[in-house]
Amino acid sequence: MPRIKVARKSTAIDMTAMCDVAFLLLTFFILTATARQPEPLPVDTPASTVKFKLPDLDIATLTIGQKGKVFFGVPGQPIRKRTLELMGEKYQIQFTEEEKTRFSVIESFGVPIGNLKQIIMMKGDDRNKPGLQPGIPTDSVGLRPSELHDWIISARYATKELNNVDMRVSIKGDSREEYPSIKKILDILQDQNINKFSLITSLRTGEE
Amino acid sequence: MAELDTSGGGKNKGGKIRSKKQSTRVDLTAMVDLAFLLITFFMLTTTLAKPQAMDLAMPDKDKQDQQELTIADNRTMTILLGANNRLEWYIGLVDKPLTPPQIDNYGRNGIRKALVENAKKVIAATGDPSKGLIVLIKPSENSNYRNFVDILDEMKVSNIERYAIVEISDPDIALLKRDGIYK
Repeated sequence: MPRIKVARKSTAIDMTAMCDVAFLLLTFFILTATARQPEPLPVDTPASTVKFKLPDLDIATLTIGQKGKVFFGVPGQPIRKRTLELMGEKYQIQFTEEEKTRFSVIESFGVPIGNLKQIIMMKGDDRNKPGLQPGIPTDSVGLRPSELHDWIISARYATKELNNVDMRVSIKGDSREEYPSIKKILDILQDQNINKFSLITSLRTGEE
Repeated sequence: MAELDTSGGGKNKGGKIRSKKQSTRVDLTAMVDLAFLLITFFMLTTTLAKPQAMDLAMPDKDKQDQQELTIADNRTMTILLGANNRLEWYIGLVDKPLTPPQIDNYGRNGIRKALVENAKKVIAATGDPSKGLIVLIKPSENSNYRNFVDILDEMKVSNIERYAIVEISDPDIALLKRDGIYK
């Protein structure tokens, strides 16, 4: 009687399909990942237990750090362009088309408007050197509101014009920043009837 | 998981020398490993990089029809944020507080206990869940932004619905000075 031979199966699995899927997903995630822009004013945000994610659009960010320095940024290139135009009208500064285009890719900046042209013409790496940009002036001069006030209001006009939504304001403060400098910004916002803002925090890891 | 060659070999009895057929399969295990590692990395970084936002609503500043609401003083708890990451709280008014002012810390063992206890006490005293505790937060000039966010976070954690950020007054500063948490 012949012995029944059990056919020996190979233990190798065909991984081609799995490999395909893996690389497809990988490509997807790489392409959707947004490259992190270098920030001119690095801040260490305080932690909280809130789990609400910040929206991407139509929200301006005020970065506060290093003893009251304020940086301002709005998302969206057309909005940035329009904001600059509105600011130029207010302060009687003419911006060329090239300057507007260059400005529209700047994520966040913090210089008085008089020095804005210099900053616009700088290269990205030079622009983000720490300590170069002194922050947007927050003090009002006489009857004239502070430059930060004008920036915020111009950005609000621009957002309303182009996207027809109300711009929201978020505050990204450094955790070591003293309260009076935060209070000053809150007062500037409340002066233009913005009574609702988002405070940007990082996620608290673990319970203290 | 190396590939096993189970096709069997060396059975060429005919004496003919054949060049051995090479397998065209490549071991993909390492490649798949790497791909999944990178996927994990990108997945986690894209979702975690988004910052969290804590919404804060402040009352209108310069409304014409300012309404003065009178609230029972046993429902209000005032929290003063002082220097060195310390805070001080009391119930009632600053000149005649219903509980002696207490110095406390931020976090679970500090103010959160006091908040939860007081919230319960107030509801027990008023007998009406809609008339809960009202917290007044008064940040002093010595407090920093982290303290401010921490105390707002405590409000969320302890489910305090009514709280307001109020300007600190001189008697409050005097109280902080007396207890040594104001420079």
